[in-house]
Amino acid sequence: MTTVASVAGETDSPYALSHLDALESEAVHIFREVAGEFERPVILFSGGKDSIVMLHLALKAFRPAAIPFSLLHVDTGHNFPEVIEYRDRVVAEHGLRLHVASVQDYIDRGVLKERPDGTRNPLQTVPLTEKIASEKFDAVFGGGRRDEEKARAKERVFSLRDEFSQWDPRRQRPELWNLYNGRHAPGEHVRVFPLSNWTELDVWQYIAREGIALPEIYFAHEREVFQRSGMWLTAGEWGGPKENEPVVTRLVRYRTVGDMSCTGAVDSDAVTLEQVITEIAASRLTERGATRADDKLSEAAMEDRKREGYF
Amino acid sequence: MSSTTGQLTDIEGLSATTLLRFATAGSVDDGKSTLVGRLLHDSKSVLTDQLEAVERVSASRGQDAPDLALLTDGLRAEREQGITIDVAYRYFATARRRFILADTPGHVQYTRNMVTGASTAELTVILVDARNGVVEQTRRHAAIAALLRVPHVVLAVNKMDLVEYEESVFAGIAAEFTTYAKELGVPEITAIPISALAGDNVVEPSAHMDWYAGPTVLEHLETVPVSHDLATCHARFPVQVVIRPQTAEHPDYRGYAGQIAAGTFRVGEEVKVLPSGRSSKIAGIDLLGEKVDVAWTPQSVTLLLEDDIDISRGDLIVPAHDAPATSQDIEATVCHVADQPLTVGQRVLLKHTTRTVKAIVKEIPSRLTLDDLSQHAEPGQLVANDIGRVKVRTAEPLALDAYADSRRTGSFLLIDPADGTTLAAGMSGEAFAQGEEPAPSTPDEEGWDF
Repeated sequence: MTTVASVAGETDSPYALSHLDALESEAVHIFREVAGEFERPVILFSGGKDSIVMLHLALKAFRPAAIPFSLLHVDTGHNFPEVIEYRDRVVAEHGLRLHVASVQDYIDRGVLKERPDGTRNPLQTVPLTEKIASEKFDAVFGGGRRDEEKARAKERVFSLRDEFSQWDPRRQRPELWNLYNGRHAPGEHVRVFPLSNWTELDVWQYIAREGIALPEIYFAHEREVFQRSGMWLTAGEWGGPKENEPVVTRLVRYRTVGDMSCTGAVDSDAVTLEQVITEIAASRLTERGATRADDKLSEAAMEDRKREGYF
Repeated sequence: MSSTTGQLTDIEGLSATTLLRFATAGSVDDGKSTLVGRLLHDSKSVLTDQLEAVERVSASRGQDAPDLALLTDGLRAEREQGITIDVAYRYFATARRRFILADTPGHVQYTRNMVTGASTAELTVILVDARNGVVEQTRRHAAIAALLRVPHVVLAVNKMDLVEYEESVFAGIAAEFTTYAKELGVPEITAIPISALAGDNVVEPSAHMDWYAGPTVLEHLETVPVSHDLATCHARFPVQVVIRPQTAEHPDYRGYAGQIAAGTFRVGEEVKVLPSGRSSKIAGIDLLGEKVDVAWTPQSVTLLLEDDIDISRGDLIVPAHDAPATSQDIEATVCHVADQPLTVGQRVLLKHTTRTVKAIVKEIPSRLTLDDLSQHAEPGQLVANDIGRVKVRTAEPLALDAYADSRRTGSFLLIDPADGTTLAAGMSGEAFAQGEEPAPSTPDEEGWDF
């Protein structure tokens, strides 16, 4: 068995699992619990690496049957074209059903207003929660990890949301052993985080082990960028650069994938998965600290967005 | 991409490692945050932007040194009140292992959080202040580790620098704690003299305690065995979902998907399905798409059986020669985790593995004070953070193991059917491993002081 051979460490029994096998097994267990206990689960799929890993795990969990979930993409309208191509390719390849909640749609209808800074991440909450309500989704898988951010560190694997999708940290149920309590009232739903216990490095190591394809923007490439708040942003229709923001061509890659207006690239020459993993292992910044403007707003920015129904 | 694990092991420090889930219990006064901070910091798990944020906030509060508790106190209420109110999960890694740390507050009113953290832990670090030795809180932490059957306990005797690194101080505390914990049935205790502040024996061996020849805290965490001798465990497989593709390619595939809760399963093995009691033989095991001959806990697999028998979510597949008894009457120790009380006569839902059934609380024979293990007879109800014995009658028979034999299949939740609240966490069978003399029943005064 490869799982045995791959585990070093003279003190471990032959029945020890590698950390990736243990995390994979836990995530698969979570997917199957949801399949067993919910009526209409959906996977939030952004085309980012965490949602790609989620989908990969879901496919493995139900093989050789199809996954009993559809996908939901909250489209900010400021997408990386490579990511949208990837999304559509995966949906076609696995014969999945894709729902899209469009931020642009809400702006066009005058329901949401563009923010002065052009950032659309905070605008995703309303389209997301309304889509959950209108489609009557009762379980919504998110790729959030507890190592990402300190409000997420207190998040449960099964996280109860009220009918307004709000998160109340004091109403969260204690989670013991691997017994998840998914009971909810009509109109409420449960956000489920199968990657809760994964770190950024685990995700990358797993992508490498499983040979999972990713959108090209995760690897170093030459790109026209400009600097804002210490981050390299891609020029585009969404509103950059301003006059005093010169555009330069740099060798960069993305550590996270989100709305173009607030997701920064990092300088990198890592073109293979091995190089990316080595780079992350040596990095002294968290992926959100390095690349997300929306988390720099305040000490409790993530907690506030989560309370309102964000991912 | 065609990368494999083999290629990855070529990258220094990133070879495949095992995973250890552990918990820490203690208060800021014992130096828990300093210990956790040092483990994270010295394993390079605290990154520059996180440290800068902590330094900024600490400075704005007029603190001289960065307050590492801010790394884990993630909620606004926690930061405002300067307390930890919830379990915080932390992640770090060394070249040998990946660690998941459940960092729990130590005060009595957070017993439920300690129980939550201990439920998945294979090791608990209990901190004591070398100047104070074993105190009430230490005994409570030892009792929780014993109750939750955490296989390994580390007693970290902290602040050795404040007792002149005196061997006799450490030896006295270690002996007192070990005697107490052994009586509770804790199977393995490792006592380590440390100074979290000075860094003695946390990651690096101490230069001040030549008399101590054992491992540092991190060395112990890296080398403690992570799985038991599975050959002696009762194998248990709760069915989560039935996989039936019904496609042209797989017209007859019928597999039972689940995570092995305990022990090992092999192709060809005779099995029994509970509660129906029907028998069959394992025809195949799918390990997430790969055919294998043997699988073990905690692997998620799909079992294929030779006979086409009626099996659905909630059923338990076990070896034919080693089936647990089924019963509708359960005696257990519970930790009450909800703000609303649990009362005699209350109708609840009981969730055991993948099965949820209706149940009624028939009796609450006693409540237990963890500080001194005194029992209070017939309390009538249990409130948040209480530990008590309960007798529950279920609407359908359940195949519960004793929690002492199997943490996964001996545990259950009690749930409020009205609003879905998790009321209590239950452990079937005797509370502690060794049957000691029951403490004399004392009158229930005011209950716990919180």
